[in-house]
Amino acid sequence: MRQVTATGQTVVEAVKSALAQLETTEDRTEVSIIDEGKKGIFGFGSRPAIVKVTVKIDPVEEAQQFLLDVSEKMGVAANIEVKREGKQVQFLLSGEKMALLIGKRGQTLNSLQYLTQLVINRFADQYFTVILDAEDYRKRRNETLIHLAERLAEKAQRTGQKVTLEPMPSYERKVIHTALMGNKRIKTYSDGVEPNRHIVITPNK
Amino acid sequence: MKELIETIVKPLVDFPEDVHVNVTEESDRITYKLNVNKSDMGKVIGKQGRVAKAIRTVVYAAGSTQQKKVFLEIVE
Repeated sequence: MRQVTATGQTVVEAVKSALAQLETTEDRTEVSIIDEGKKGIFGFGSRPAIVKVTVKIDPVEEAQQFLLDVSEKMGVAANIEVKREGKQVQFLLSGEKMALLIGKRGQTLNSLQYLTQLVINRFADQYFTVILDAEDYRKRRNETLIHLAERLAEKAQRTGQKVTLEPMPSYERKVIHTALMGNKRIKTYSDGVEPNRHIVITPNK
Repeated sequence: MKELIETIVKPLVDFPEDVHVNVTEESDRITYKLNVNKSDMGKVIGKQGRVAKAIRTVVYAAGSTQQKKVFLEIVE
């Protein structure tokens, strides 16, 4: 955490000097006054004001910087758009070579999302949930998952046997559970332990 | 690559100055050995190795553009 202690003839001047040293603005810092200072008479008995100014770490900004740094080191120049809704923070990546950041079945994207979530919550007072998306990958993946779910639900009904899906992260499983919620002829549940937790679709008898 | 590993790991640990990466290069593979402060070991490995797995996935993705196979080891 960056902080400086600065002095000035008045508190305001001391803060100004500290902000200049930190190259930042007042709304991004926390100011604590150590000594208010005294004017004195004709320079006698005067005391300078002392303040301590600390730069507040914005977790969202920190996480965005982390993503920028990592993608740059991976050789990808990414643009990042940040959307914040309460506890949920979305980072939307766009640019060239997004395929490298997404990886096979989104595993690189999921890993980056997990790491970003760790970074953001290191500095946060409240717990943030991070969603990382690149070029609408999540939306496309959701559509694929819903198609897959419907197809496999039909297969379970037709064969009368349970169908086991491959392991997926929790939010992808949720998409499938939700998609098949209204289907009364089959049941879905998750089995196994993370990271091998997967969905099983069973026909209702 | 070495920089990438450091960029990923440093924001995760309490002692970023203790993060070191040593590179061993052989004919067909490059091994990166990651050293962190002992008290940070848990942070880079994570519950059931989740963090380590995530770091590896990202590093291997970046390594896929290279000719040689890339490995990441976490050592004490």
